[in-house]
Amino acid sequence: MHEMSLCEGILQTLEQQAEVQDYQKVRTVWLEIGALAGVEVEALRFSFDVVMEGSLAEGAKLEIIPLPGQAWCMPCGINVPVEQLYDPCPHCGSHQLQVNGGDQMRIKELEVE
Amino acid sequence: MCGICGCGEGPVHLDEHEHSHEHEHEHDHNHTHSHAAVHSHAPGLSQVRMVQIEQDILAKNNQYAHENRRYFSAHGLLVLNLVSSPGSGKTTLLTETILRLKDEIGIAVIEGDQQTARDAERILSTGVQAIQINTGKGCHLDAHRVGHALEKLQLQDHSVLFIENVGNLVCPSAFDLGEAHKVVVLSVTEGEDKPIKYPDMFHAADLMILNKTDLLPHLDFNVEECIQYAKQVNPRIKILSLSAKTGEGMDNWLAWLKAELQLQLIAYA
Repeated sequence: MHEMSLCEGILQTLEQQAEVQDYQKVRTVWLEIGALAGVEVEALRFSFDVVMEGSLAEGAKLEIIPLPGQAWCMPCGINVPVEQLYDPCPHCGSHQLQVNGGDQMRIKELEVE
Repeated sequence: MCGICGCGEGPVHLDEHEHSHEHEHEHDHNHTHSHAAVHSHAPGLSQVRMVQIEQDILAKNNQYAHENRRYFSAHGLLVLNLVSSPGSGKTTLLTETILRLKDEIGIAVIEGDQQTARDAERILSTGVQAIQINTGKGCHLDAHRVGHALEKLQLQDHSVLFIENVGNLVCPSAFDLGEAHKVVVLSVTEGEDKPIKYPDMFHAADLMILNKTDLLPHLDFNVEECIQYAKQVNPRIKILSLSAKTGEGMDNWLAWLKAELQLQLIAYA
């Protein structure tokens, strides 16, 4: 259930940015969530609505931009797609993989007024 | 109030640590854009606009973690974040470790649990400093709460600080506390497939301790398979097998600890 904490972090950012960027209301929030970020998107959506209640982002739409997982395969020496942290390299079957993409969770942009 | 942990202690800590970071993300250029919209009185023209943020959701926690890490490195402290499911034997491992090392090395413990101070009391009975953080409904420790706990501990330089996280193999993996290493404790009474069932945690850890090995004769737990699963998720992970109860394998763990502390001291000097 750390999705709740993540949403509290998002709200804090939205409130800080409201002063800096001079807006009163948030209509839409775009988040980039990597496949390997350990975030359960449905839980995040649920928490988002609960946490934003009564705030400047109450009723805001949450748009998720999914990013694919990627890792560097040491034996092959190339980047390969992975869906899970325990996936083998799709080319050589090795687990000598170093995740280098799809582990991020970022607030990308906002639609505000 | 602090938005990360909701502990209500935020403002004090924020004043201390936050201001240097506050301005990194501010971009004034959007103001002109927004004023243009506000001052246009054309009917039907909306004031709705887009704002680029590009900020990590965990940015706040990571800032606190960065502050903690800077403090640890300035004082030559080896800080380990112990993570596991509930009942893996983290607290017993700690009390046994402390009893063996406390005459040699300074040790302190931060205990995280949803409720009660029972674990901190167990640590205190060994004669070292311990502080309990109750997370209430929270499922993990965050760097902000650890920062507050640090204010209450009198840590001596060149010592070891153990942070025993909330028993949970999921959430604590995402939160950097400023530690040198996450150490995941897995007991052989759990399934050997835990590393692939909870890959985030085993991916985030640098060391896995396979605990309660004295029970192996009574169980079907396949050690080789478990190690293979852990390496599958994290090819860099180091693995130690031990029984905190009988003491078997404890020497390797103590040797690892001393070596890591030595590395901290080299970085410190």
